[in-house]
Amino acid sequence: MKRFVYINDDDQSHDLYCDNRISNRKYTVLNFLPKNLWEQFSRFMNQYFLLIACLQLWPLITPVNPASTWGPLLFIFAVSATKEAWDDYNRYVSDKKANEKQVWVVKKGVKKHIRAQDIHVGNLVWLRENDEVPCDLVLIGTSEPQGLCHIETSALDGETDLKTRVIASACAGIELELLHKIKGVIECPPPDKDIRRFDANMRLFPPFLDNDVCPLTIKNTILQSCYLRNTEWVCGVAIYAGNETKLGMSRGVPEPKLTAMDAMIDKLTGAIFVFQVVVVIVLGVAGNVWKDMEARKQWYVQYPNEGPWYELLVIPLRFELLCSIMIPISIKVSLDLVKSLYAKFIDWDQEMMDTKTGTPSHAANTAISEDLGQVEYILTDKTGTLTENKMIFKRCCISGTFYGNETGDALKDVKLLNAVSGGSSDVIRFLTVMSICNTVIPVQSKNGVLSYKAQSQDEEALVRAASQLHMVFVKKNASILEINFNASLLQYELLDTLEFTSDRKKMSIVVRDCQSGKIFLLSKGADEAILPCACTGQQIRTFTEAVEQYAQMGLRTLCVAWRELPEDEYREWSLTFKEANSTLVDREWRVSEVCQRLEVGLEILGVAAIEDRLQDGVPETIETLRKAGINFWMLTGDKQNTAIQIALSCNFVSPEPKGQLLLINGKTEDEVCRSLERVLLTMRITNSEPKDVAFVIDGWALEIALKHHRKAFTELSILSRTAICCRVTPSQKAQLVGILKSCDYRTLAIGDGGNDVRMIQQADIGVGISGREGLQAARAADYSIGKFRFLKRLILVHGRYSYNRTAFLSQYSFYKSLLICFIQIFFSFVSGVSGSSLFNSVSLMAYNVFYTSIPVLVSVLDKDLSERTVMQHPQILFYCQAGRLLNPSTFAGWFGRALFHAIVVFLITIHAYANEKSEIEEVSMVALSGCIWLQAFVVAIETNSFTILQHLAIWGNLLGFYVINWIISSVPAAGMYTIMFRLCGQPSYWITMFLIVVCGMGPVIALKYFRYTYRSSKINILQQAERLGGPILSLGSIETQQRSLERELSALSISQPKSRSPVYEPLLLDSPSALRRSFGPGPHTDFRTRNYKDN
Amino acid sequence: MASEERSSLSAGVESHRAPVRSGWKKAVHQFKQQNLPACKPVLTPAWVITTYFLIGVLFIPIGFISLRASMGVVEIVDRYDTECVPNSYKSDKVAYVKDMSVSKNCTRYLKVKKRMKAPIYVYYELDNYYQNHRRYVKSRNEQQLLHGLRYNSTSSCRPLELNKGLPIVPCGLVAWSLFNDSYSFSRGAEKLNVNRKNIAWQSDRDHKFGKKVHPFNFQNGTLIGGGKLDSRIPLSDQEDLIVWMRTAALPSFRKLYGRIEEDLDEDDVVIVNLLNNYNTYSFGGKKKIVLSTSSWLGGRNNFLGMTYILVGASSMFIALVFLLLHVKSSRLPAM
Repeated sequence: MKRFVYINDDDQSHDLYCDNRISNRKYTVLNFLPKNLWEQFSRFMNQYFLLIACLQLWPLITPVNPASTWGPLLFIFAVSATKEAWDDYNRYVSDKKANEKQVWVVKKGVKKHIRAQDIHVGNLVWLRENDEVPCDLVLIGTSEPQGLCHIETSALDGETDLKTRVIASACAGIELELLHKIKGVIECPPPDKDIRRFDANMRLFPPFLDNDVCPLTIKNTILQSCYLRNTEWVCGVAIYAGNETKLGMSRGVPEPKLTAMDAMIDKLTGAIFVFQVVVVIVLGVAGNVWKDMEARKQWYVQYPNEGPWYELLVIPLRFELLCSIMIPISIKVSLDLVKSLYAKFIDWDQEMMDTKTGTPSHAANTAISEDLGQVEYILTDKTGTLTENKMIFKRCCISGTFYGNETGDALKDVKLLNAVSGGSSDVIRFLTVMSICNTVIPVQSKNGVLSYKAQSQDEEALVRAASQLHMVFVKKNASILEINFNASLLQYELLDTLEFTSDRKKMSIVVRDCQSGKIFLLSKGADEAILPCACTGQQIRTFTEAVEQYAQMGLRTLCVAWRELPEDEYREWSLTFKEANSTLVDREWRVSEVCQRLEVGLEILGVAAIEDRLQDGVPETIETLRKAGINFWMLTGDKQNTAIQIALSCNFVSPEPKGQLLLINGKTEDEVCRSLERVLLTMRITNSEPKDVAFVIDGWALEIALKHHRKAFTELSILSRTAICCRVTPSQKAQLVGILKSCDYRTLAIGDGGNDVRMIQQADIGVGISGREGLQAARAADYSIGKFRFLKRLILVHGRYSYNRTAFLSQYSFYKSLLICFIQIFFSFVSGVSGSSLFNSVSLMAYNVFYTSIPVLVSVLDKDLSERTVMQHPQILFYCQAGRLLNPSTFAGWFGRALFHAIVVFLITIHAYANEKSEIEEVSMVALSGCIWLQAFVVAIETNSFTILQHLAIWGNLLGFYVINWIISSVPAAGMYTIMFRLCGQPSYWITMFLIVVCGMGPVIALKYFRYTYRSSKINILQQAERLGGPILSLGSIETQQRSLERELSALSISQPKSRSPVYEPLLLDSPSALRRSFGPGPHTDFRTRNYKDN
Repeated sequence: MASEERSSLSAGVESHRAPVRSGWKKAVHQFKQQNLPACKPVLTPAWVITTYFLIGVLFIPIGFISLRASMGVVEIVDRYDTECVPNSYKSDKVAYVKDMSVSKNCTRYLKVKKRMKAPIYVYYELDNYYQNHRRYVKSRNEQQLLHGLRYNSTSSCRPLELNKGLPIVPCGLVAWSLFNDSYSFSRGAEKLNVNRKNIAWQSDRDHKFGKKVHPFNFQNGTLIGGGKLDSRIPLSDQEDLIVWMRTAALPSFRKLYGRIEEDLDEDDVVIVNLLNNYNTYSFGGKKKIVLSTSSWLGGRNNFLGMTYILVGASSMFIALVFLLLHVKSSRLPAM
């Protein structure tokens, strides 16, 4: 269904289309409860708990009071719902801010200031420079004579360069005053989310009547959330408003990221569920058999001879309820709680605070800290991420003379200064191009200080350098450019701008010297774009050498050229340029073709080299993280040479003899294919050698490779630890992330600019650097940090600790639930398999909610190794990457421990409290306190470092258990009235407790000690070195010890079988990822279970 | 083991460059930086071996003390359910116990093997009796026991809830199946006094069973279960019922019947005259009468003592094994 927008018509279109009220809210006040509940119940765990809670309402089968499930369930729902409500409220507030922004809109022929939400489709909207576009508009007028305007679309597509938009051709030349009165109709497609396409027609009504309908394209629109730049004002017709804009349609709720650990916990929960079903079926059958064999004979039970139809189901259902505690209801709440604390620790960390700018690190996504510890691939942007994105003009080469050397920049080179003051014409021309051939706008503040507003950091650096060399670009007044050179004012009239595009890789301007009236073409651009355009006869060899030399130093190079244009050539060209500029079909291509015609026979003036310094600590960070077994890929928009140089200087790849770079290039499909296969072959061969092999691919080849040779490229990605991808677009970056993710790797993408946003969102973990290119990346990311070097701490310290802590917490949660559930199961064997519960409802509920959750929550403070040790031995991260601490095998250990402890508690209790002592309330409390004692010691034994809080929580909780039970025991109405006082007065109770603790913990500690000392993992070795070596040994001996430790670690790697993977993964050999590298088609699941063994 | 955190060699206090602040602020700062001073225990061989050894040293004496206490308890157990059935009924014991016309009198002679000091507790023991069965254990109503007919939502008592439209007081299977064998003791010709007061918990009598609740319609319906109650005596004084209502956790249990407050000498013969009323024959349960003294650990139960000795010994053994392992491995230059 097409939509017809009547321009500037106040009556007709009001009711048809929605107004410009933006709403990102998920809920309204009315639908919040049902919708939120529905969402919560779409999760399996919640459905399960709800089912259990409902079954408990049936008094015939419930072993305990329904409150013991309903209470925690309601609590969990309330917590989640409150969180959702809070998030939604914040969305409402930000929507409201956007909706109430004031905009100039023509209403009934008068320009009025109204709120953005009151814009209706068909209204005329006026925008000024730097305004945010409130809704999708079709342009009908701008301040620029050519009907152009510039917009920044970074919020829409992440591209930071300015884009040009033109007014609808039918509106060209309409007077400013008449724009108010314009009437017409636009026929446009229904709202969609395609931001690159808009096919519509416009027809104006009298007096603006045009014979033809005027076609409109995306070029004639400016879309919501863009910013108007470098244009004084524009006027447009609202065509889509509110949530129907292109942005609104494409705005989806981002998929919640699920960590590898969450997936594993889900899997384990599933396994426990299956186990539970099996137990229920077995016990249910046994119960029914026992009922028929025995219970009918027991007159005191009074089984009716004829039961209802569901009688056979009653006992299995009772067991289902009894065993429902096997899946801990508290695990989700506990995990959410500790995860938000991990995130807080990241926010609070002072060592990840950028002291220069005062930016703290921030975890926007609080749910995925564990994944940081399991990262296998880091994909990093170059500019602004590895480098500071602070461009400094370093060297230049002007007509064969090199300025600047190791001792100083070109700016301080006396030769150059002399040349400038001496008035060398080459140098002056070079400086002129540097200062005006750009889109920089000089801004004079009130106190006379000159500053430059530039879209490109390179251009700004050039203008600044020129001004330091006394060629000051002072003013840009409409089309007049003013330069101040050695106190004399030079004026140029800007005739045309031949814009920079990433295809052309150069930009030029045409200016008229106001003194002499001559016309010049000034160009600057990449060497490969400028040098071929040199006029015949000019020696370009020195320039090629200069470019090469500068690139070797890791500098960005720009070639500068110029040409004098004869008046008539320019005039002729100018016509074709205007024509090309106003074509509707393939405009960009036509324009670039026309530009090409002018940019020939250039006189090369020189080469400028700009340095983008590496950030502090980048090489060390990369080296440390690579030692930790993390693979690095560099994805950059920069050119190949510069990228390789940067890669070399920051330890990304090793220089020649040790490292090897394999280039994949080619322009056609065939070339790329051959090149790819060659590289793949080399890669397979060298894989067994201790060589640092990296492949380098450029955007063009990548595009072909992704399109036609996806499989080969995927294999290459798996084989190679390092890759450099240059000249890649934002969407290619995201595609590369997708490829690695599809191979089941944990990826982390780090970047700083709008062009990294898609990659950041695509990756498992997105890290943004709050840098000079704005906060866009940081806002889209899960984590934002101030400097690249903080990544080391983020992964090695925060990621690793989070992983370890969650691994313990989740498995412990299952352990404690299994423990009490096993006791219930054992009890059913002595209670006639009838499904009666040993524990009372209060105890069961409090067991999960109070007694066992507080001690384990303080495990968020646990540190197995000190931060320093981890930084020194990053290899240890392997335990997290390979998931050594939470996997079916470790879980089986906890399962076994739960079973063992249940047996200990149950057997000791029923034997110590036999005969005249076997009163059910007493026995139940003895068993329960046995469990509490054991779990306190289990937490203690699994804690690596005790702070005061841990002691408080573990032992305070134990005391709390007694206090709570004493309180309950003093209430006459309670079932366990006086029980706890009785027990505490009996010597046999304390003796029993002591026995349970020793029997339960003895074997566990013995096993742990044995492993720790004689089958030590690398973590244990480091722990021993750290704790025993620390204060006793002198400083010298610590070093030797650590060195010997290092040797031990590396010795381990050598002794491993060499066939499987290169030497760079000393500790990764047993990891699942190492096996995945074999790229076999076999299922992934079976080796997971096999290969966690030696933990 | 508790000793493990004692073994800390606290190397864990890491240096931090934060300025010195006041106590609380400093602690909060340390918490935020995850830098709280911590002790990091290490399982060093010395500590582990010592701990296991100490546990052995501690456990074996405790075991012997407990065992001694338990062995010091004199206990006479006599199973009477099979013996007290007349020969004519041996083949069909259920018929015997259900037949009201047959006399249930029975006499047992218990020989005292060792001198028993007062108080001597008299228990009855039931085996294979599931007081913890779900149908059974739930079939009672605490509120009714305390408040009587004033509390009439007694649905939990099903299947023994109502009699002629009125709730049975006390309702439910537990009360209904009240144990009703009775015993009287004599030594030779001299009657032994059995004190049957204060056999139930004081707290139960005061707060769980009503002083004004009389079992007016108990056991007079169509189904007769176990013992009957004197409807003139309020529930709070029906101590047999109170004892019975404290359900047992295990299918084999003893319940207090009374106390003999005289010493019994060695070779005394206690004559028990009992009424063998209670039906355990239909499900093959055993009935026993138990006379037992008591120690600080309770009745005769060797379990704790034996286990302590066993655990102590294994702990010593583990200590030894670890010691050997340690010696062996420390001889190697690699350590």
